[in-house]
Amino acid sequence: MAKNMSSKNNFNLDQYQVQKTNKVLKVLIYIGLVIWALIDLFPVYWMFTFSLKSNEEVYGTNVMGLPKDWLWSNYSTAMTTGNMPLYFLNSVIVTVSSIAICLVAAMMATYALTRIIWKGSKTMNAFFMLGITIPIHSSIVPIFITLSKLKMVNSYWAMIIPYSAFSLAMAILICTGFMNDIPKDLDEAAYIDGCTLWQTFIKIIVPLMKPALATISIYTFLQCWNELMFAQSFISQKKYRTLPVGIQALSGQHTTDWGPIGAALVIATFPTLLVYVFMSKSIQESFIAGAVKG
Amino acid sequence: MKNNTYKYLMIAIFLAPALILFIGVLIAPIIMSVFYSFFDMKSISLKGAEFIFLGNYKELFTSGSINVWRALGNAMLLAALSVFLQLPLSLGLALMLGKGIKGERGFLSIYFMPVLISTVVIGQLWRKIYNPDYGILNAVLGLLGIGDKMPLGGWLGNEASALWCVFVPTLWQYVGYHMLLMYAGVRSVSPELREAAKLDGATDGQVDWYVVIPSIKPILKVSVIFAVTGSLKSFDLIYVLTKGGPYHATEVPSTLMISMLFERNRYGMGSTIAVLMISLCFAFAILISAAFKEREYGKKHVIKK
Repeated sequence: MAKNMSSKNNFNLDQYQVQKTNKVLKVLIYIGLVIWALIDLFPVYWMFTFSLKSNEEVYGTNVMGLPKDWLWSNYSTAMTTGNMPLYFLNSVIVTVSSIAICLVAAMMATYALTRIIWKGSKTMNAFFMLGITIPIHSSIVPIFITLSKLKMVNSYWAMIIPYSAFSLAMAILICTGFMNDIPKDLDEAAYIDGCTLWQTFIKIIVPLMKPALATISIYTFLQCWNELMFAQSFISQKKYRTLPVGIQALSGQHTTDWGPIGAALVIATFPTLLVYVFMSKSIQESFIAGAVKG
Repeated sequence: MKNNTYKYLMIAIFLAPALILFIGVLIAPIIMSVFYSFFDMKSISLKGAEFIFLGNYKELFTSGSINVWRALGNAMLLAALSVFLQLPLSLGLALMLGKGIKGERGFLSIYFMPVLISTVVIGQLWRKIYNPDYGILNAVLGLLGIGDKMPLGGWLGNEASALWCVFVPTLWQYVGYHMLLMYAGVRSVSPELREAAKLDGATDGQVDWYVVIPSIKPILKVSVIFAVTGSLKSFDLIYVLTKGGPYHATEVPSTLMISMLFERNRYGMGSTIAVLMISLCFAFAILISAAFKEREYGKKHVIKK
């Protein structure tokens, strides 16, 4: 094309101008994007509003608008008769423990898989990666039977162990990416200084893995905080109910009282949304990393 | 490394926690599920359970009362809607956002938000939306002047409408997830490539169709696999909204499995359904990967000629 341009004196520049995005099209794109944004936001907006309304407002006088009287008492009802603090605490215990176990296991395994040279490390890595495709459903019967025999059905461990195991594959995958970015020279320097493998791991690698810890924690948090199938199937005692199970129970009790249910939904959602507001970018990146490599 | 024994000992120590968890919770249970599926287990103990080999499988596929075909049919319908409705919508949003529009990050964050909210919360919210007496759906339809369109028994209580009403939030929630993956792909297409196409006179639509979409094919593959296997495994929302009812109209394999296990105490049959689901998930993942590979190979072949 360059040759053509120089040889033709009467070359018409306009002909080769970059196609500009059509103005009308641009407006249409915006309209489409805004409509979908509203479809996504509306249920959440509605949840916040009816959590502060009385039944009267919900049932007719003010279905979609902002609440006229802000009924904070819905929240205290959810907290007191709804046991939300207990469910919340249980969710925190289960989630934090699962994240901790998953992190330790994943970091140690990844260290052995990426920093120590040995035959079979590739195969072992592939073996762990199988875990990404195995659905959580596949193990519910054997785990339930084993837990029942051990009399552990109603316990935190009934959730913590499966959750950390099912988050492990993704955690190793994310860890591998981050650990490969740490220069190998550091290990060699540590070795020359007389560090054992364990000391190298604790003193050199772990401190450098902070960004990976954040990504894995976010990912695991979302998996555990929202999990329903195992929690619903294994936990029958109120004492150990997590938020998803608790909300299910609560909605069974308060079928006609919408306000307290709305409040409970907000209480369960709030931590996630709060984390999301501050870390939306890294949350999105952790999901992209998980999917693209998986 | 002083010597090999020390090295391998250290490797074993480093791998131990992960391996124990992984084998104990993921690998061994799969093998045990297959084993259990050969027994007619009426309690959690294998004692007294009769070995019936493929008997559970035979019953599963032929029994009219279990009706696994309806559950599979529902899951496949959801998968089809997911691939042909949800993914194109996600792709459309990703392409629009990928054009470098003002407020790009804001839109992106809003679209992804439903993915993060607990499915139980979303399910409870949609139960309220569909509520036959005070639900927002009826209110909106009322504003549009068609307030009497609710089917008999309520949106979720009517056999004909329940399935569609369950599918809507299921598809809605994950549009943002697929959009995010695709958007990441769209963003990684080099600006030079876009500009070159535009210099050649391609319109926006043509750039998307001939440049962007072909180059994000690996991501599309992942999305299709997630959409199909996710539909086969879907549980949370359906459980919260209808528990598979009314009259099994919204049953999917996982709700069927749970009711076999915890309502009828048929652990052998529950395992059989679990084995069926894992096999289907793997089979579809392999099939979809193969389908995408075939296409890529075909294209290269044509170009070479």
